[in-house]
Amino acid sequence: MMTNPNGIVTQGQFSFLPPLTDEQITKQLKYALSKGWATSVEYTDDPHPRNTYWEMFGPPMFDLKDPAGILMEINNCRKTFPNHYIRVMAFSSVRGVESPTMSYIVNRPKNEPGFGLVRQEADGRNIRYTIHSYATDKPEGERY
Amino acid sequence: MSNETLKEGAARYKAGVLPYKKMGYWQPDYQVKDTDLLAMFRITPHAGHDPEEVAAAVAGESSTATWTVVWTDRLTACEMYRAKAYRVDPVPNTGEGTKTEAQFFAYIAYELDLFEGGSIANLTASIIGNVFGMKAVKALRLEDMRIPVAYLKTFQGPATGVIVERERLDKFGRPLLGATTKPKLGLSGRNYGRVVYEGLKGGLDFMKDDENINSQAFMHWRDRFLYCMDAVNKASAATGEVKGHYLNVTAGTMEEMYKRAEFAKSLGSVIIMIDLVIGYTAIQSMAIWARQNDMILHLHRAGNSTYSRQKNHGMNFRVICKWMRMAGVDHIHAGTVVGKLEGDPAMIKGFYDTLLDDHTPQNLEHGLFFEQDWASLNKCMPVASGGIHAGQMHQLLTYLGDDVVLQFGGGTIGHPDGIQAGAQANRVALEAMVLARNEGRDIWNEGPQILLDAAKWCSPLRAAIDTWKDITFNYESTDTADFVPTATTSF
Repeated sequence: MMTNPNGIVTQGQFSFLPPLTDEQITKQLKYALSKGWATSVEYTDDPHPRNTYWEMFGPPMFDLKDPAGILMEINNCRKTFPNHYIRVMAFSSVRGVESPTMSYIVNRPKNEPGFGLVRQEADGRNIRYTIHSYATDKPEGERY
Repeated sequence: MSNETLKEGAARYKAGVLPYKKMGYWQPDYQVKDTDLLAMFRITPHAGHDPEEVAAAVAGESSTATWTVVWTDRLTACEMYRAKAYRVDPVPNTGEGTKTEAQFFAYIAYELDLFEGGSIANLTASIIGNVFGMKAVKALRLEDMRIPVAYLKTFQGPATGVIVERERLDKFGRPLLGATTKPKLGLSGRNYGRVVYEGLKGGLDFMKDDENINSQAFMHWRDRFLYCMDAVNKASAATGEVKGHYLNVTAGTMEEMYKRAEFAKSLGSVIIMIDLVIGYTAIQSMAIWARQNDMILHLHRAGNSTYSRQKNHGMNFRVICKWMRMAGVDHIHAGTVVGKLEGDPAMIKGFYDTLLDDHTPQNLEHGLFFEQDWASLNKCMPVASGGIHAGQMHQLLTYLGDDVVLQFGGGTIGHPDGIQAGAQANRVALEAMVLARNEGRDIWNEGPQILLDAAKWCSPLRAAIDTWKDITFNYESTDTADFVPTATTSF
């Protein structure tokens, strides 16, 4: 069990708020579209803070301009991976950014065991830290 | 006639003293080149003195001149090396009939070859080297500079930059949240790390050393680094997020700073910190170290107000912003608008644009006197710190945007229910406001209601609002715009 204020992994823009409704997600999708950003859906069962590359549920939707269509992809992903972490990301291709501009979690496992901190005593009082996800002790696809 | 530049030749170089204007430092018809460095000074001449002569004196003393004619000029391409004052404008609302003595804006162009590439120290030795002590000017302030692309390209720029910082931290689409550990002096390493852990676990992205915490008797630096990194890693495991603590490596020598930076790196810190008072060359060296060691470099602007705050003398902070972006820091404190420290909204917008833009247009209302092309130099993250709290979130997001670190020191640690609750209140307020802004709501006007709605399900936010709802810092700013927008009639 995680003991931070929300008891959940708090990556992304909106993890401190109650889970977003489809209506709220649609408004965020519209915001990204209004900025000219492409949206993508990604999922993982390895939420380590430095696991950059979650699996892509298809490439970023560069040409889909309809928020309802993007929401359908999000819900397809939720149906396929109901107990995975799923995040929505937006990408800007504008020179000077060319990087993600939004990232928020829209699905999570029912139980989030969180992470342990492994301390390896090193020279002197130094410690080498490893953040270990309890879930990743099991193979991919069998974690949550 | 007496004002005109003397032609090159025997008469010009006759031993003795000549007005600077006659020596070639005043050229009202000079055509500015793309490769010129431009500087704009606010000059206050002694009563009755010719502002053009004072501008020429500033141009002369900040480039090649001395107080008397020297024949050795004739061994050089002296006309090229001379800085040229090319424009002098009266400052609005100064002089006769106002409360302020007459001031003038003097524009000066400098040939690129006057400066060594990649050296803020060399640049500043000319531009602010001798001239501020000249008897010929009563007061002098460097207001702005235009740095040519050719010169910018000789600087590394921010070691990490806003874009890569966000990628490394995995934090997008919202301001970052931080807090400075308090009390800033006196805590032992163990007690200090407690504050860091609570703030980060509660929801902040960063905690921060203060400017004057280095290695004092109550807490030596290695103790601070070891305890803080235990707190950072423990909070990261507790939340699943990348977390950081700005470890201040400021010390008496470069050797000692490198040693502290290496230790921070060996402990896995994502960020270190230095103070502006270490000097321009030390800052550039640390920026190069940071680039080579994948480290974000935070700069605390300790000391700047000694020369940037008063309007008639010193230098504007926007120039410091330009120099620090060139010098290569990733973060710099640049004002909050609504907090406890000096800051007029229009002026602070100018600082933020200077740090973040790819290309900054001229904007007199924001104090930006020159157009500036940033030549793909990385962006530098502004930091808003000092007297801000969750109840101002709508104002902060409106004024400062997404690319900023909002630092709530007292506003986190002073929370009635504890540090974690303070951090949670700030994070909830921030996320609720970003969500509402993205939804197209008018957060400037609806902000207080948005916060109250979130406070219904988040009791720490409720407590924060109740504690600080009446706290504002309404003092008149000293550094304000000289140009105000003219009201236009709409038909």
